[in-house]
Amino acid sequence: MNPVLKLLIDGGSLTTGQLAQVAGLTEAEVNQHLEQLRREGIFLGWRPVLDLSREAAAALAVRAVIEVKVTPERGGGFNRLAERIARFDEVESCYLVSGGYDLLVFVRGATLQRVASFVSEKLSTIEGVLSTSTHFMLRCYKEQGFLLGTDDSQTQRLNVAP
Amino acid sequence: MSTDAQRWVAGHIASLPKSGIRDFFELVAKMKGQDVISLGVGEPDFVTPWHVREAAIYALERGKTYYTSNLGMIELRREISTYVEQHFGVAYRPEDQVIVTVGVSEALDLAFRAFCNPGDKVMFHQPCYVSYHPSISLVHGAGIAVPTFAQDNFALTAAALRAAWQPGAKILMLNLPCNPTGGTCTRGQLEEIAAFCREKDLLVLSDEIYSELTFEGTHTSIASLPGMAERTIFLHGFSKAFAMTGWRIGYACGPAPLIDAMMKVHQYAMMCASIIAQEGALEALKHGWDNVVRMREQYHRRRDLIVRRLNESGLACHLPRGSFYAFPDITATGLSEKDFSFGLLQQHKVAVVPGLAFGENGRGHVRACFATAYDQVIEACDRIDRFVQGLRK
Repeated sequence: MNPVLKLLIDGGSLTTGQLAQVAGLTEAEVNQHLEQLRREGIFLGWRPVLDLSREAAAALAVRAVIEVKVTPERGGGFNRLAERIARFDEVESCYLVSGGYDLLVFVRGATLQRVASFVSEKLSTIEGVLSTSTHFMLRCYKEQGFLLGTDDSQTQRLNVAP
Repeated sequence: MSTDAQRWVAGHIASLPKSGIRDFFELVAKMKGQDVISLGVGEPDFVTPWHVREAAIYALERGKTYYTSNLGMIELRREISTYVEQHFGVAYRPEDQVIVTVGVSEALDLAFRAFCNPGDKVMFHQPCYVSYHPSISLVHGAGIAVPTFAQDNFALTAAALRAAWQPGAKILMLNLPCNPTGGTCTRGQLEEIAAFCREKDLLVLSDEIYSELTFEGTHTSIASLPGMAERTIFLHGFSKAFAMTGWRIGYACGPAPLIDAMMKVHQYAMMCASIIAQEGALEALKHGWDNVVRMREQYHRRRDLIVRRLNESGLACHLPRGSFYAFPDITATGLSEKDFSFGLLQQHKVAVVPGLAFGENGRGHVRACFATAYDQVIEACDRIDRFVQGLRK
């Protein structure tokens, strides 16, 4: 396995310089591996994980998850419609799921009105969309692996121990 | 009449030296808030996985606040028995060949108290964990240190054992992989040691607390070798592999009459291990293996990183096959291990432990624990490099 990919999967937040040290490579080699992964469409890019409840990070703080029922198309199944929905800037993630609805769409925007109008004016008016059920997110407890609030790593561990 | 309270302290305690780590601990503690990176710890930097913590909380909610059997909860002993058979290849009966203890430390203390008469000779390899020799002194035994060397990757050799052996030696204490060296033995080396133990009729106490953190090859328990289970007490616990140091939970497995002797001491001195810790341990054995593997992979990469960096800085460092300790030779700097550790701490704020704390054979080395985050390991290596290069000028 690509040594850089292995470290990325482990989820450590390392700079490319640190990735190089841990993997025993030069920084140039790490960048080559990243470029290779990018070309293969495996590594898509970097994004910060932010606590959006903080005032300073509130620019896109309104988030909702929308259950969407659609009519699959002959020939295209769910894909064409899902790809169409996924292209909107407001959509952060879009999944085809099993169960009582077809697509699960994560959206975010600056205000409640903007997210609401995206749903009512854009999403629900697309041909093939049968219904939507929108859940606004009220509070976040864990964001992509990061616990919000309590931090287990802030321990009173002894500095020197046998 | 003398008013000196010291007169009440038992003679063998008064003459027992304090751990060599103690002074250094005090010094580091004084530097709190000064951006000190500590490679001086002896425990994982991982918090106990949540499923284990949650199981213990649930046990409390259900009112599990009472004593357990002296030997420990039978469900836990059954899981331990299965785990040891699967991972170490030795079968122990949960009913009478397994005892749950307050960490391996208690198990070790029980063993020394149960098997060592005053004056009995106990062999142990050195450098070693700080409490082995004092634990022998506490039962009025006589310790015989067997040296291990960097050129052998700090593996114990049968030749060194034979050279150190004295008539009347009764017990051999093993800790493989070893704190502080990370040294361990191949199966072949262990077979030679086992043959020596059978020849000299030695009882073996085998502390295998770091066994899951073996990076090259597979760990072999001496208890699994032919003719050894009947003369071996297998000691293990949850602190290192399952990141449960503060829970204080371990166990010993061995022949029923020997476990029964240890149980006598345990029932009078301790009664039983904490039921909450036992509940946590049970959960760890049932569902914790994926986390053990994940943590081991992380330690493995950190080991490769720190050993490479230390060698690049000119500190000869063997590749520790197990544990989470690097034990570089610092004699090339011209400093003693104590001056090296103090200088590094004071000038560059990195704490490592002077090798002499682990016995005379640790001289010329320091212990650097790599159970800390990558960025901390990298920063510590950068600082060590600056310190060593500064000494050359």
